[in-house]
Amino acid sequence: MSVRLKMSRPMTGAQMVLQALADQGAEHIFGYPGGAVLPIYDELFQQDRIKHILVRHEQGAVHAAEGYARSTGKVGVVLVTSGPGATNAVTGLTDALMDSIPVVCITGQVPTHLIGNDAFQECDTVGITRPCTKHNYLVKDVNALSRVLHEAFYVARTGRPGPVVVDIPKDIQFAKGEYTGLTNSQHKSYNPRVQGDERAVAQAVELMASAKRPLFYTGGGIINSGPVASERLRDLVHMTGFPITSTLMGLGAFPAADKQWLGMLGMHGTYEANNAMHDCDVMICIGARFDDRITGRVDAFSPGSKKIHVDIDRSSINKNIRVDIPIVGDCAHVLQQMIDAWQAKKPKVDKKALASWWRELDRWRARKCLHYKKRDDVIMPQYAIERLYALTRGHDTYVTTEVGQHQMWAAQFFRFEEPNRWMTSGGLGTMGYGLPAAVGVQVAHPDSLVIDIAGEASVLMTMQEMSTAAQYDLPIKIFILNNEYMGMVRQWQELLHGGRYSHSYTAALPDFVKLAEAYQAVGIRAEKPSELDDAIKEMIAVKKPVIFDCRVDKHANCFPMIPSGEAHNHMLMGDDVTEQDLENAITEEGKVMV
Amino acid sequence: MSTQPGSAYSLDTREEKPETHTMTVLVDNEPGVLARVIGLFSGRGYNIDSLTVSETEHEAHLSRITIVTSGPPMVIEQIQHQLERLVPIHSVTDLTVLGNPLERELAMIKVAGKGDKHAKAQAIAEEFQAHTIDSSAGHFIFEITGEQSKIERFISRLQPLGLVEVARTGLAAISRGAERM
Repeated sequence: MSVRLKMSRPMTGAQMVLQALADQGAEHIFGYPGGAVLPIYDELFQQDRIKHILVRHEQGAVHAAEGYARSTGKVGVVLVTSGPGATNAVTGLTDALMDSIPVVCITGQVPTHLIGNDAFQECDTVGITRPCTKHNYLVKDVNALSRVLHEAFYVARTGRPGPVVVDIPKDIQFAKGEYTGLTNSQHKSYNPRVQGDERAVAQAVELMASAKRPLFYTGGGIINSGPVASERLRDLVHMTGFPITSTLMGLGAFPAADKQWLGMLGMHGTYEANNAMHDCDVMICIGARFDDRITGRVDAFSPGSKKIHVDIDRSSINKNIRVDIPIVGDCAHVLQQMIDAWQAKKPKVDKKALASWWRELDRWRARKCLHYKKRDDVIMPQYAIERLYALTRGHDTYVTTEVGQHQMWAAQFFRFEEPNRWMTSGGLGTMGYGLPAAVGVQVAHPDSLVIDIAGEASVLMTMQEMSTAAQYDLPIKIFILNNEYMGMVRQWQELLHGGRYSHSYTAALPDFVKLAEAYQAVGIRAEKPSELDDAIKEMIAVKKPVIFDCRVDKHANCFPMIPSGEAHNHMLMGDDVTEQDLENAITEEGKVMV
Repeated sequence: MSTQPGSAYSLDTREEKPETHTMTVLVDNEPGVLARVIGLFSGRGYNIDSLTVSETEHEAHLSRITIVTSGPPMVIEQIQHQLERLVPIHSVTDLTVLGNPLERELAMIKVAGKGDKHAKAQAIAEEFQAHTIDSSAGHFIFEITGEQSKIERFISRLQPLGLVEVARTGLAAISRGAERM
């Protein structure tokens, strides 16, 4: 598990928690105290190795730890109390599970003799969190505590990363026992393979070399694998000359400025990326999982292609889409194997076919699918993101988002050149993720520009974390595309439910500028395109947390879009959508899906 | 726009016939491990036709779970790999894929009846090589071990003779030959 020497010494359970965190290299911990974790908080008070960030709600603690983890590649650490502390953390844990984010969450529990007694602030934490964690533990013996804590970190970061809960009863926190440091012993059952099968890699390279219409389709697995994976991906893509697209979770692994980049794919992906997915003859999927937002109709998904799938999680392979060459392994390792095999083979690619494929891709690109009508009287949300991107270039920028239309516009119009710069809730789609995630990112990168691109509805779900930002002088920028609607809900109601906007309009929104001031932050408002640039520049210049109330067009929809139940080559485009198209966009069968 | 019916969810389009598979799973015998396995099946909508569990290697604290499940081939493959992801699981073997595993179940069957029925029940038990483990002038409890089909046949033969209740262990299975799974 690690290489430090084993050593034993007596200490209390609470001291072991702090010692184990220090031994695991944790520097920050996001938490909220309560009765069942007081012994650990008492130890926190008496040391200065680990800095505790006091959040305002336990969901925020987990999202902050996720932002911290995703922007650093380290394991994020959470400390919450029993009962409501644990149940409040469940949304964050599920989010981390769906997006494969390494988090260790320590929960307090009522004393061992009261477990099962319906004691005050008792809940069955391991029962509740079993399906929303990668693994969890209830520690009933103080002498097992240090081993369990080290194992929790190992499980969280190894293989396909994920959240791990360690539930520690209060009597175990007080009890004295033997602390064991890190050991280099192998885990008895959990040892994911990182190296791909050489024969499968050779077959994959063979298939790639023979391709006439190849495409790389990559995802969050590249980011999780670490910066080396992104570098190797760039090498392989340049070496082959093939086009590349990525999922929402994988943005930044390959630079958006590169000429081989087609943009994001999927439900709100680009016309060129989705058509390339549909028409390619060899698909090279690396660290992505054929999610239903990506595939659309599975029986019409990329019908003419042979598929290669590289994934560290064997169960992601052949789950939704049957592939031809499965490779189980870590992205960085397998990419290196592919590069080695490609270089050894020196393949003669079909240059004529590839040139013709690129001409086709260029024709799709020329469709300019992200085009929207700019206006002078009102800020279009797409324009706001374009200006935000333009004015933050050259800064050391990290972006988080909430969930909805603004998230898709951010993915489409903000361009990422590096991994670990983009933090968003992809799998679970958690409104309220972005603000606390920004807190976590800013804790890890105190001097960087950290922006939460938000919607006014999402951000209100975790708004209280502005108080955390104020307490720790975290100058996060909350850039709200305020259209007064739950925009994506409204868009679906327009497409599916005859424009009956049932409860998707938020009347009586707070005054976000005054709200900022109430949180000891700076409030900025922009209502006209002409004042947008100066307002964004002011936001960047302020060295305090900012809530930016960007009033945007209330009725803009997010295009292009693959309507639910359709194939990749049936996209709705923003500039040619008529009333009739909207009426007919989604089939009866599609209506039952989200 | 196309008006073809379609679904974003792959299960809808699967038309493969369901198959029945027997899997054997080696796990750490620790609290909650069975809940993890069962929770995986219920959470992901997989079938459990039979499940047995017992510690089989005391020194290593290893338990062996035998699961009989059914589903289309792609789902069966998923079940195996989803189980393999669980941290305390050491190995998952699809015995049906290995081919022709030895499968046995034990049943205890209570039959109550007098006179002619009593005698007939005893005769059927002898035919099936079942043991009598409890008896009186008015009842028998038989113990029978064998393949599930044999136990089913035995029970159906006893049905008209005053069948009271049946306790079954579920299936235990092992692969043929000298190799460890």
